[in-house]
Amino acid sequence: MADGLAIRGLRLEVARTGDDIVDEVDLTVAPGEVLGLVGESGSGKTTVGLAVLGHARRGVRIAGGSISIGSTDVLGLGAEERRSIRGRLVSYVPQDPSSSLNPALRIGLQLREVLEAHDFGGSDEARRARVAEMMAEVLLPGDDEFLARYPHQLSGGQQQRVALAMAFACRPSVIVLDEPTTGLDVSTQEHVLATVRSLARAHSVAALYITHDLAVVAARPDRLAVMYAGRVVEQGTMREIFTGAAHPYTRHLVAAAPDIAGGRQIVGLPGRAPQPGARPTGCSFALRCELAEDRCRGAFPEPVAISGSHAARCVRVREVPSSTLAQPARAAARGRGDVVLEVAGLDAGYQGRTVVHGVDLVLRRGECLALVGESGSGKTTVSRSIGGLLREWTGTVTFRGEALGRTSRDRSVAQRLGIQYVFQNPYGSLNPRRTVRDSIARPLQIAGASEDEADASVLDVLSKVALPASYANKFPDQLSGGERQRVAVARALVSKPDVLICDEITSALDVLVQAAIVDLLADLRRDLGLAMLFVTHNLPLVRSIADEVAVMSAGRIVEAGPAMEVIDRPREDYTRRLIAATPSIERALA
Amino acid sequence: MSGSGTAIERRPGIIRLAMRLRRTQIGVGLAGFLVLVALLGPFVAPYGSTEFVEMPNTRNAPGTVFGTDYFGQDVLSRFLFGGRSILLLAASATAIGLVLGASLGLLAAYNRGRLDEWIMRVLDVILSFPQVLLSLLVISMFGPSRVLIALTVGFSTTPRIARVIRGAAVPVVERDFVAAAEAIGEPRRRILFSEVLPNVTSSLLVEANLRLTYSVGLIAALAFLGFTPSPNAANWGLMIQENRNALTVQPWGVLLPTLALALLTIGTGLIGDGLSRVSAGIDRSGDRG
Amino acid sequence: MRRPPVRAAHPRSDSETGMPPILTFILRRLVLGLLTLLAVSILVFVVTQALPSDPAKAILGREATPEALAALRTEFGLDRPLLVQYLSWLGDIVRGDLGTSFSTQLEVADYIAPRVGYSFFLLVVGALASIPISLIIGSYQALKRDGRFDTGASLSTLILAALPEFVVGTILTILFATTVVQWLPAVSYFEEGAPPWSDPLGLVLPVLTLVISITPYVARVMRAAMVEVLESDYVEMARLKGMDERTVLWRHAAPNAVGPTFQVIALNLAFLAGGVIVVERLFNFPGIGSALADAVVGRDLPVVQFLALVIAGVYVLTNLLADVGTVLATPRLRTRLG
Repeated sequence: MADGLAIRGLRLEVARTGDDIVDEVDLTVAPGEVLGLVGESGSGKTTVGLAVLGHARRGVRIAGGSISIGSTDVLGLGAEERRSIRGRLVSYVPQDPSSSLNPALRIGLQLREVLEAHDFGGSDEARRARVAEMMAEVLLPGDDEFLARYPHQLSGGQQQRVALAMAFACRPSVIVLDEPTTGLDVSTQEHVLATVRSLARAHSVAALYITHDLAVVAARPDRLAVMYAGRVVEQGTMREIFTGAAHPYTRHLVAAAPDIAGGRQIVGLPGRAPQPGARPTGCSFALRCELAEDRCRGAFPEPVAISGSHAARCVRVREVPSSTLAQPARAAARGRGDVVLEVAGLDAGYQGRTVVHGVDLVLRRGECLALVGESGSGKTTVSRSIGGLLREWTGTVTFRGEALGRTSRDRSVAQRLGIQYVFQNPYGSLNPRRTVRDSIARPLQIAGASEDEADASVLDVLSKVALPASYANKFPDQLSGGERQRVAVARALVSKPDVLICDEITSALDVLVQAAIVDLLADLRRDLGLAMLFVTHNLPLVRSIADEVAVMSAGRIVEAGPAMEVIDRPREDYTRRLIAATPSIERALA
Repeated sequence: MSGSGTAIERRPGIIRLAMRLRRTQIGVGLAGFLVLVALLGPFVAPYGSTEFVEMPNTRNAPGTVFGTDYFGQDVLSRFLFGGRSILLLAASATAIGLVLGASLGLLAAYNRGRLDEWIMRVLDVILSFPQVLLSLLVISMFGPSRVLIALTVGFSTTPRIARVIRGAAVPVVERDFVAAAEAIGEPRRRILFSEVLPNVTSSLLVEANLRLTYSVGLIAALAFLGFTPSPNAANWGLMIQENRNALTVQPWGVLLPTLALALLTIGTGLIGDGLSRVSAGIDRSGDRG
Repeated sequence: MRRPPVRAAHPRSDSETGMPPILTFILRRLVLGLLTLLAVSILVFVVTQALPSDPAKAILGREATPEALAALRTEFGLDRPLLVQYLSWLGDIVRGDLGTSFSTQLEVADYIAPRVGYSFFLLVVGALASIPISLIIGSYQALKRDGRFDTGASLSTLILAALPEFVVGTILTILFATTVVQWLPAVSYFEEGAPPWSDPLGLVLPVLTLVISITPYVARVMRAAMVEVLESDYVEMARLKGMDERTVLWRHAAPNAVGPTFQVIALNLAFLAGGVIVVERLFNFPGIGSALADAVVGRDLPVVQFLALVIAGVYVLTNLLADVGTVLATPRLRTRLG
């Protein structure tokens, strides 16, 4: 009997209330195959992954269904038996190795103990040899010095490879990988993905690859399963899903995923998936679906087979692939606007260390300049200097013809209001003790506006970011991540700035919401003639949002120019390597 | 949760939430009762606090409920008079410590770098003294006046509060909404008091409660060691020391003040625990992913 | 919510001094401790000698005769400039010349020496008893959290932690020595020069008071630290690797809970240093705590000054040990010292 993974009718509940977190999940992964499990945050994919190991987090109860690995019925095992299959028959690669590796233990010990716990190899020498073998498989040094290190002495990529080695150590039949490349640089992501692929193939391991990022998934898995609000809504091969998605949600997901090779505009979908306990009877996507009809709200649609490998849970599967999604209005090509912000010879740093060298940038009205780079490239340092949030910088920044002071306190009120900054973390950029209205109105109050004027401006700007007026009285903890970012953008807009600096503002948001925010920014640029500096590490996003792009590495601008040109015809080696390493759906399908 | 309508479903404040827990209610009951006894006691005491009633150390002296103390005074009356001083001094000392400590802690957290270091170093020196010791030193040299006791205990409380507030404020200061306020040019003082401070109130409340509990014990201990504002006036801590030698024959002179102090501190301790349970929940849910 | 991109962790390089970073750290910390002690001595001096407008009168009281005052001033050199007074005082102490106690007319050193032994013994026994108990209680609570032991222990530690130590001591006295039962002596009694363990029954109540003062705090912090560790990602990962519970607990969880616990143990040892004053006075225990209590009441300046330095010094020392211990126990801090 093949030792693949078979999940049937899995149901997981909130222990206290019985609300479903995940339900009716059917998945199969054959040995040597990689199944990509795609879903946004809250879809339940991590919970499914942990259940494969017979594990449920506090407050979660495994309520029904079966999970088989070969002939082993995981959910029917007792506690001690479950412990014995973990790491041996099925293993787990965590999302964040920096917190999943024990900071107090050397990595050699953490690697060895998996083997010891399952008595792999039978002797100490055999185990030592196996550790050396494992390290070689993941392309890490296997010498004693390296094995004596503590996790914090390794880079993020190295930590994740150690986690991979631990997972493959006892030659399991099934591996669950939970977003294993989040937070890693693009090139490191490539390596990790390639390693997973080759190891899975070589040892006939069934791999369940959990992710939210479609592009990452595009390059590797054989098949995909898409989850929404706790259910698998569509399954199929990569090609079937990308070219002929049969569920409206999947269509939106594919349409919202930025692609570096793609020539299309991304389309977003505001709103969010219903949380456990708040899920309607009937299809949980019906609230946001433009194809929804009465049939959809009665009971959750059963899976409809479209081909041998392709099935989707929608009553209108036949019509979905050919239906058109509402396309955002795109501006016709404009003439070049005036220069509104100019940066010359910017050097910046922290506590005496210079991390940014000689940066030159030009921002024009109505234009979006993307500042791209991996973590540590200095892009946030540049944007903070321009925004007046950093003290240690030299060079000139000219705004509307005037040279700017270093920090916002050295600048005039008009200058401060003219350049607005939107932060990355939607959960930290709004004061939790202030209502939306108070947070947005603050810049106006400082500039001396009356309460009535402030109220009017708040309502005006809320409508610009497509939030209902009633939101003015809400507190941040009542809003979703996407909604909070809209409020942050509204706060920036209220002072009618000329320049908007967006610092990775979509990095913490799900794909659909990200695309919706990108739509919003494009509209604002067009309607208000804003100049935008968009800082991001997400290269594919650049294509969808930017007119111009500047690529940074190690504190310097490596290449700059019109976005399409730089991406399609990069001139510098660094840019070329960066683009080549970025996973692309369209490239994979070509 | 993107509902329409303007009804504000605001989460209740920390105090209201804490009051829902049984332990907080019991704490408020205990502490409240003792505070009433301490404040209103003098008005209902059968005798004056220094009035000679009967033979000293007589348990069943006629005309008294609990007998007489080492000096022949009525135990119950002295008990009823004896809490006010401790309570008022502890409250003032805590208030002083709160105002100073919170300000210094906020300042240090916000400014990081030089100012932070200097503030913390100076406070560290004060922290190197057990509070008892510092108070004893000062009070023994300059006399146990009310003002001095409150000030000394308040000053020795300051660094402890400052440390906690600083610890709570640092993660708040690093959050982006503070940077956003700076970017639009908010004056520093406003940022401290209207952006940062409201977000550390839960830590503030918990710590204030803790310090109040400790101050009560400290001031009573100082009295026990002989340092009270007026040597003859009734004082729970002093009573314990005065009547110790007669414990075997007349326990009430020690038992009443001991029980009062115990119940008072247990009461405030329960309140503090309720507050900290609730604030842990608030802080965690504020960052829901 | 997805986490924003993380910065890669880089291995640290050695410090520039060439010594292993851990030694430079210890050295630096020692120097800091000495500086703090210096600041402490200044504070003690300022409060006892510099600030009072007339230290002589403060010491001898209002009824002192002018001749006695003058004699005191000359003997103490109170007419010299403050800085000179301070330096000479400090110099004397460092050389071991601690002065003469007013009340007992003994050399301070002779007066204090035996009492140091008594206090030290009391503290050691108290610490040895309380620390393991509190660590075990706290860990067990964390392991069985939200169960009956946990709730019961939480409530008990809460109540005990709230009580001031002299209240605890008095309650114990009432319970075991005077009123409820009379099994133990209410005060300790030691013959001149007898070792601290010569009155074991007389030790019980003071030690018990100290134990009840420390244990609740340490147990609570241990519980919190252990819970955080037990709910951490790396403990979950250890379980997902198939480690058995015992290994998870002892190899994975415990080492990570040690660091924060050091801080608390030190905090409480230091806390004892202050509490000892009251507890010794309560039980008439002949240690430096009661000596200080007497000296303060009797305005015995040399004794007050010296003992204040000693007790504060113990405080500084335990904090230093705690800092160093925490760093040594946490590999992440240990290797990042460069």
